[in-house]
Amino acid sequence: MKMFEYMGKELFAKFGLPVPSGRMITNPEEAAAVAAEIGKPVVIKSQVLSGKRGKAGGIKFADTPEQAVAAAKEIFGMTIQGLPVERLLVEEKLKIDKELYMSITVDGAAKMPVLIASAHGGMDIEEVDEEFIIKQHIDPELGMHPFIARDVVRRMGIPLSGPHGKEIVKIIQTLYRIFKQKDAELVEINPLVFSDDKVIAADSKVTIDDDALFRQKDLPYVEERSATEKAAKDLGLSFVDLDGNIAVMANGAGITMGTLDTLQYYGGAAANFLDCGGGTGREATAEALKLLIAKNPKSMIINIFGGITRCDQVALAFKDIKESVGFPCPVVIRLVGTNQDLGREILAEVGVEAFDFMQDAAKKAVELAAQG
Amino acid sequence: MAIIIDENTNVLVMGMTGRQGTFHTKQMLDYGTKIVAGTSPGKGGAIVEGIPAYNSVREACANHKIDASVIFVPAAGTKDAALESIEAGIGVVVVVTEGVPVHDEIEMVAYAKRRGTIVLGPNTFGIVSSGKCKMGIPPNKYFVEGPVGVVARSGTLTYEIVGNLTANGLGQTTVVGMGGDRVVGTTFIDVLQMFEKDPLTKAVVLIGEIGGNAEETASEYIKTMSKPVVGYIAGKSAPPGKRMGHAGAIIERGKGTFQGKVEALTAAGAKVATLPFEVPGLIKEMLGM
Repeated sequence: MKMFEYMGKELFAKFGLPVPSGRMITNPEEAAAVAAEIGKPVVIKSQVLSGKRGKAGGIKFADTPEQAVAAAKEIFGMTIQGLPVERLLVEEKLKIDKELYMSITVDGAAKMPVLIASAHGGMDIEEVDEEFIIKQHIDPELGMHPFIARDVVRRMGIPLSGPHGKEIVKIIQTLYRIFKQKDAELVEINPLVFSDDKVIAADSKVTIDDDALFRQKDLPYVEERSATEKAAKDLGLSFVDLDGNIAVMANGAGITMGTLDTLQYYGGAAANFLDCGGGTGREATAEALKLLIAKNPKSMIINIFGGITRCDQVALAFKDIKESVGFPCPVVIRLVGTNQDLGREILAEVGVEAFDFMQDAAKKAVELAAQG
Repeated sequence: MAIIIDENTNVLVMGMTGRQGTFHTKQMLDYGTKIVAGTSPGKGGAIVEGIPAYNSVREACANHKIDASVIFVPAAGTKDAALESIEAGIGVVVVVTEGVPVHDEIEMVAYAKRRGTIVLGPNTFGIVSSGKCKMGIPPNKYFVEGPVGVVARSGTLTYEIVGNLTANGLGQTTVVGMGGDRVVGTTFIDVLQMFEKDPLTKAVVLIGEIGGNAEETASEYIKTMSKPVVGYIAGKSAPPGKRMGHAGAIIERGKGTFQGKVEALTAAGAKVATLPFEVPGLIKEMLGM
């Protein structure tokens, strides 16, 4: 779950990280009050879950409350990378002497957290040369100790004797505390700025592990999915909208991708990615089929290789939908694995014969889509 | 021979009295797995398919010799269950549960490394040493003995390819699921090294997918292997930037792309199948069959 910048900064502030003073607003008139409170020039930042806001015009500056309202009005009308701007963050405009980059994320290959830091922060961090990027893996059993943070500061070329160095050592330790305690997949500050003697987190990017939300109930919830994707998630399924005309349901992320690849190989295109997961029962599978019907496809392929998923449950779900709502397009089913014979008996009751091989089913689905 | 588990492996099922635990205990027994005990805190004394359940791993270990455990407990309790198995000194821990928080995975894997325990998963279908022992959830009938070692990140795609191998008369020594999550206990290289040493494994199938760099890293080792390797990478048609399910298959900054993985494997001397059903033909070609 990605958090909006203002939420990330509220979280930072709660843990004692220095952030600019400011507030989130939901209509342009509020900008005047916040700017007046701050009593200094302000920056007005669109709150969308996307990068490149600055380049899209989603960040503006204002010297007076009146200017702040005008700038806010402009940004509220914008759509950034397909996302409508519904919230703004109005905060003090910082005097920026230097911009750094700082983040902690999970390195899957190393199987441990990694701190990434650079004295060259700001926009286009992706373009910064490897040699200016410091990567420090954190042994999970050791944790983030001051000596590790001091070493990172030294490698960034920042003197430990000065106020900035000492401050960054504290910031690194706090960032790791947030990362661990909040089950984050990513905590990022870009830029982390030097403003006179102070070091301030001028932006925040925080992603919380979806699988850990059950124990992070005090965090605000942010919905990132489309209506269909959300409906699928609520059923315990994984759904992604795509642009083709063949609806796809398969069990497992890998075989679903394999199905998409096979459809493409035969000249077809999938309307969606739907992984009905492991052990999904009759009712959830039936609901998943309804999501596919709503895509109004030319044909549909159900590709099940049952392990933890049981073929009879899938067949029952298919039968339920065929008899209740009906399918608007031809459907091909490939059904093998756990309880295969039971599943095929159920399909036979509704006059459907299942394919044995994925490639045969995929080829048929592509042909049927072309005819429709 | 087989790698990691064989016909002499005594297996413990954690979460044995639950819905999945009960169902798959029966499936594993039907396959021939030597399940000797189960655990289910608070339900010690229960019997599932003739196998006794205990309240803790220690209690089970006090009454049975246990070599490996397979975990069917919900995600919130998975870290605790895995640590319990590792702490008890069990050498192989197979974590089937999906949706385990990544910070829990990091802790489990770090502790396993310190204790020298092999962890497969989390989010794995498990492991099958064909005809000898199955730990996990794959369907029984496709896994038959033969000369091919299989290692994979995703489950159903593995059944798909193993089904194709078996249909073409190519059985398997051991089929290993590493797990589909970002942090898992065992890597491609760990398994490839074991296959390289296993005298009965004549060829290896590596099943990968877009995202991450595990296949690229594995390619470096494949260069040094004496045995032929056939690869398949899922996700050729995936649009960039979309996250495909739980697999962590994210294309970021040009890394982890389909093309990059295929090129790395090919450069290492592996053959890469375009579609799953081509794998058996490539294996036969490389073995001169």
